[in-house]
Amino acid sequence: MSEKKLMKGNEALAEGAVRAGCRFFAGYPITPQNEVPEYMSWRLPQVGGAFIQSESEVAAINMIYGAAATGKRCMTSSSSPGISLKQEGISYCAGADLPFLVANVVRGGPGLGNIAGSQSDYWQSTRGGGHGDYRLFVMAPNGANEMGNFPQKCYEVAFKYRVPALVLADGIIGQMMEPVEFKDPEVDVTTLKEPDWALGVNNSRAKRQVKSYDLREGYLEIMVRERAKRYKQIEENEVLYEEKMLEDAEVALVAYGTSARVSMAAMKMAREKGLKVGLFRPITLWPYPKKRLIELSGRIKKFIAVEMSLGQMVEDVRLSLNGRGEVYLHSKPGGSVITAEEVLATIEGVMKKGAKEYAAIK
Amino acid sequence: MQLLNKRPESLLDLKMHYCPGCGHGIVHRLIAEAMDDLGIRARTICVAPVGCAVFADAYFNCDTIQGAHGRGPAIATGLKRSKPDTIVFSYQGDGDLASIGMAEIVHAAIRSENITVIFINNAIYGMTGGQMAPTTLIGQKATTCVEGRTAKQAGYPIRMCELLATIDGAAYLERTSVHTAPGVLKTKAAIKKAFQNQVDCKGFSMVEVLSMCPTNWGTRLDNPSEATKFVAEGMLPVFPLGVYKDAQKQG
Ligand SMILES: Cc1ncc(C[n+]2csc(CCOP(=O)(O)OP(=O)(O)O)c2C)c(N)n1
Ligand code: SF4
Repeated sequence: MSEKKLMKGNEALAEGAVRAGCRFFAGYPITPQNEVPEYMSWRLPQVGGAFIQSESEVAAINMIYGAAATGKRCMTSSSSPGISLKQEGISYCAGADLPFLVANVVRGGPGLGNIAGSQSDYWQSTRGGGHGDYRLFVMAPNGANEMGNFPQKCYEVAFKYRVPALVLADGIIGQMMEPVEFKDPEVDVTTLKEPDWALGVNNSRAKRQVKSYDLREGYLEIMVRERAKRYKQIEENEVLYEEKMLEDAEVALVAYGTSARVSMAAMKMAREKGLKVGLFRPITLWPYPKKRLIELSGRIKKFIAVEMSLGQMVEDVRLSLNGRGEVYLHSKPGGSVITAEEVLATIEGVMKKGAKEYAAIK
Repeated sequence: MQLLNKRPESLLDLKMHYCPGCGHGIVHRLIAEAMDDLGIRARTICVAPVGCAVFADAYFNCDTIQGAHGRGPAIATGLKRSKPDTIVFSYQGDGDLASIGMAEIVHAAIRSENITVIFINNAIYGMTGGQMAPTTLIGQKATTCVEGRTAKQAGYPIRMCELLATIDGAAYLERTSVHTAPGVLKTKAAIKKAFQNQVDCKGFSMVEVLSMCPTNWGTRLDNPSEATKFVAEGMLPVFPLGVYKDAQKQG
């Protein structure tokens, strides 16, 4: 058993990435993720890696595009407005089939918004975000411990399927301090095989090209469809979720990240009152755990999505269930914190008063 | 028959797509010759731009990466810092380097990234059909300034060598031209030096090459040498040739 350490979420993420073999980081300061580049600036040189504070988010993600093309494990992080700027490069990386890790420690938006934790970048994260047909592997940690442990999985999936991976946290998770236990053994980068597409020193092999374009007629379609097959495999093999007290539940709260923590507290309060409430927590936001939601709808008829946004993930709940249950929404946008009491009130409303006051989203 | 000038090993035997009289092809060959001369082909990575040279990634016989408009110096930074044993060069047009990618080139110079930048200044956007570039001359016609560029509406042409020369991190900056045979030879020497600097870890080196775009300048396509007049008469007075910085010489 490895020891537990008290760490801030952002620091755990940075340390977790280094342990998972990250050897290059480029980023630009923005609250509430600054601890990530700060940590990397002294930690990476210790392990022979490189850190760059870039002139902008646009430059940072393009440095990643270059670093990822060498086959090395690399990372960038930012918060909402910065992630918007990184979308150009993320799209290029997706188009060039380059694996890397990007973390978005979300703050309130749109625009400059505020620096509080929020979940309003869900659509941007799970629908591509930049231009073109592409997906990211998206993991949503619910605390510092998962922040520290998710980079490993992200790199595994990213390199296996050649897709960028995104850790979607929020300001609260980035800033909270919790005991962190790194579960996987530290990756020895000298044992990582150089991918057969990596650019570098070419002594006898044929030249390699990394590019995101194919102007020959019909060829881009072939490339995009080939990539879609890998997306399908990810949907088959890489779905992660967590369930609490769903065995006898009449209502399932569906929430990720900070909302899931609040929902857990609300669930406990509801249980104390004798209300049969459980929690379904998607850990991968793309691929979304659709199949499991459909299975659950065999015995649970009411689902309440709890979100720190106007309601974005709720669309995936609806798309998954496709009419197989009633879907309600408890939402709070603008970087405001949801309280367990508020969620409990929604649960009671939905359970006691029925659908009229808490109209199901149609 | 005696073969006097064989194809450089660093340039693949492919038919290039450039217009007759274009400078891009000439500069490609010079880069390839420099790579051969220095024996660096096997460890060189080319960062290709968007613009007319978007297919540079096909022509060079080395590893290549094609990036977003203007981001070449950032991509080169990521490559070089991840694999310091490689030789990395970015190839960029004036729209690419002096407009959308201005921040990236300036900051690569500030950090004195140990990379080589080949900057093709043809005073126009070639690939997208002849729009005004940041280097377009006052009075020069382009599709987004059909009566000719005016300073009042669009400001003045930017001189990149002069601008970057104010930056401590820039190790070597030279402006050359490929509109004459001696200019071609000087360009070759400058490119070779810019690569040698990287081999010797001297820091950021850039060669700005004044180059022809007979197609979008509206010069006579049946006689591409007409375009060389535009370089000589129009561009040279605005973009004087020479070494703008040589940190080595300054000690
Ligand atoms: C973000 C972005 N904006 C615009 C374009 C369209 N575009 C392609 S090439 C080009 C101009 C290239 O001009 P320059 O860099 O001078 O190279 P040249 O074609 O003259 O060789 C533009 C604007 C693009 N590819 N990406
Ligand atoms: S448009 Fe101009 S720069 Fe582009 S290939 Fe033709 S001559 Fe060269």
